[in-house]
Amino acid sequence: MKPGRTLPYALVSPALALFALMVLLPLALTALLSFQRFSYDTGVQDGFTLSTYANMLGDSYYWEVFGRTAWIALLTTLLCVLIGAPEAYILSRMGAPWRSIFLLVILAPLLVSVVVRAFGWGLVLGPTGFVNQFLEWVGIGRVRMLYTPIAVVVALVHVMLPFMVIPVWTSLQKLDPQVENAALSLGASRFTVWRRVVLPQVTPGLLSGGLIVFALSASALAIPGLLGGRRIKMVATLIYDEYLHELNWPLGAAIALALLVVNLAVMLATNAVLEGNYRKRMG
Amino acid sequence: MKNGPLSLLFHSLVVAFMLAPLVVVCLVAFTPTDTLQVPWGDYSLRWFRAVFAHGDMVQSFWNSLGVALVAATLAVLLAIPAGLAIARLDFPGRQALNGLLMSPLIVPHLVLGVAMLRLFALLGVRGSSMWLTLAHVVIITPYALRLMVSALAGSDRSIEQAAQSLGASRWTTFRRITLPLMLPGITGGWMLAFINSFDEVTMSIFITSPQTVTLPVRMYMLATESIDPMLAAVSALIVGLTAAVMLLLDRLYGLDKVLVGQQ
Repeated sequence: MKPGRTLPYALVSPALALFALMVLLPLALTALLSFQRFSYDTGVQDGFTLSTYANMLGDSYYWEVFGRTAWIALLTTLLCVLIGAPEAYILSRMGAPWRSIFLLVILAPLLVSVVVRAFGWGLVLGPTGFVNQFLEWVGIGRVRMLYTPIAVVVALVHVMLPFMVIPVWTSLQKLDPQVENAALSLGASRFTVWRRVVLPQVTPGLLSGGLIVFALSASALAIPGLLGGRRIKMVATLIYDEYLHELNWPLGAAIALALLVVNLAVMLATNAVLEGNYRKRMG
Repeated sequence: MKNGPLSLLFHSLVVAFMLAPLVVVCLVAFTPTDTLQVPWGDYSLRWFRAVFAHGDMVQSFWNSLGVALVAATLAVLLAIPAGLAIARLDFPGRQALNGLLMSPLIVPHLVLGVAMLRLFALLGVRGSSMWLTLAHVVIITPYALRLMVSALAGSDRSIEQAAQSLGASRWTTFRRITLPLMLPGITGGWMLAFINSFDEVTMSIFITSPQTVTLPVRMYMLATESIDPMLAAVSALIVGLTAAVMLLLDRLYGLDKVLVGQQ
């Protein structure tokens, strides 16, 4: 096929036009909005000001919310690594019918609305839910989990786990089981095989999975909104309140851009590590 | 290598963890009482009847269905030519364009939501279902595009070259060779796009109006106000609907391929 020089652009132009209008333009408008003045009496005004950012950086409340969001997202990522990586490994070693059945069981919740899953965790972790009934039965007594970070982290891990299993599973597919067998037959312990053969193979998968999990957890809205309540304020619920309750759009825009910048920075840093890792292994 | 008993125990716990909230929601939906309890012995369909009697909820379901049907179709119509260009042609700006079309996977939906709220406010189109649908097209196009590109990347290019060397025009080659090769990507991409649009809440919550509220947004707003078993019944219906679409997707395309991506 020898296409004309304009053919590719003609093919992509409808999608490009939509994305320019609905992604690039709105993001630019939001960036502008974050520099506009605001007062509770007159709303958004014209003019340029840095005061929104200055107030945000100077107020410990925003640091606290960003800090809480960061540790909840990091804890979620860590738990997803600790649960998702071994689970992907176990799945990859299963026999023919079970492997795809259980892969579906792990991945299928991905397709169910996050609101349904958050609501489900509300029922499981609530004061009369299964977990508390069990705790009472073993004599520990009820524990308040709803509207605490516990419920938020548990539900986030549930929602994010498939995003960790998928890339680890993908990198395990490229691992030849004969290499493991060779290492074992040459006298390596199972732990050594795992550390020297399996782990290096899945490291790129772990990093890219961890990246997705962290980015999505840090910007999740429905789960902290439904399971965190008013007290466990995270960046996403803060932005929601500024836009839809306080109606202070410039402040909401500034927080949203800060979230976007932090997310992109984490992604670029992880990508750099990933590529460096790849180059090193390629020699 | 076989999994040891410890591995299998770990695996069972993970499976239980993944299924627990969905199973509990479906059980609670059948409670005959007013409380959010798993019913023991007594079952009732009263909360399902309550869902269908709840006018706003039914309206939101139709809103979601309409938006998802139109948005998924538009996303596929955009992704076919774009995927063709990205997978088959080499042109300056190809990488940048791919990055832009994939960006809704990287830019948080929350940020897209507030950004579109600003755009819609300036254009004076807040509450328009057409603009809501276009916003959905943006966030589901990456899913359709990814399947389209992987369907093309996995197919043999020499068939197209053979067709052209035998005198087929470029349009005939596309219609008779390339399009059939893309078909799994088109059906799988449409369904994945449909589900993602139907489930979307984080962006939609900013850009829906009382007339255009979609089902997940309606559920979110109800759940933050008061919680009764009716929400469990709606959730159970959504779980059932998703399972049905999932089985269809699995039969037609292989769900692991759709979700994990073609290798």
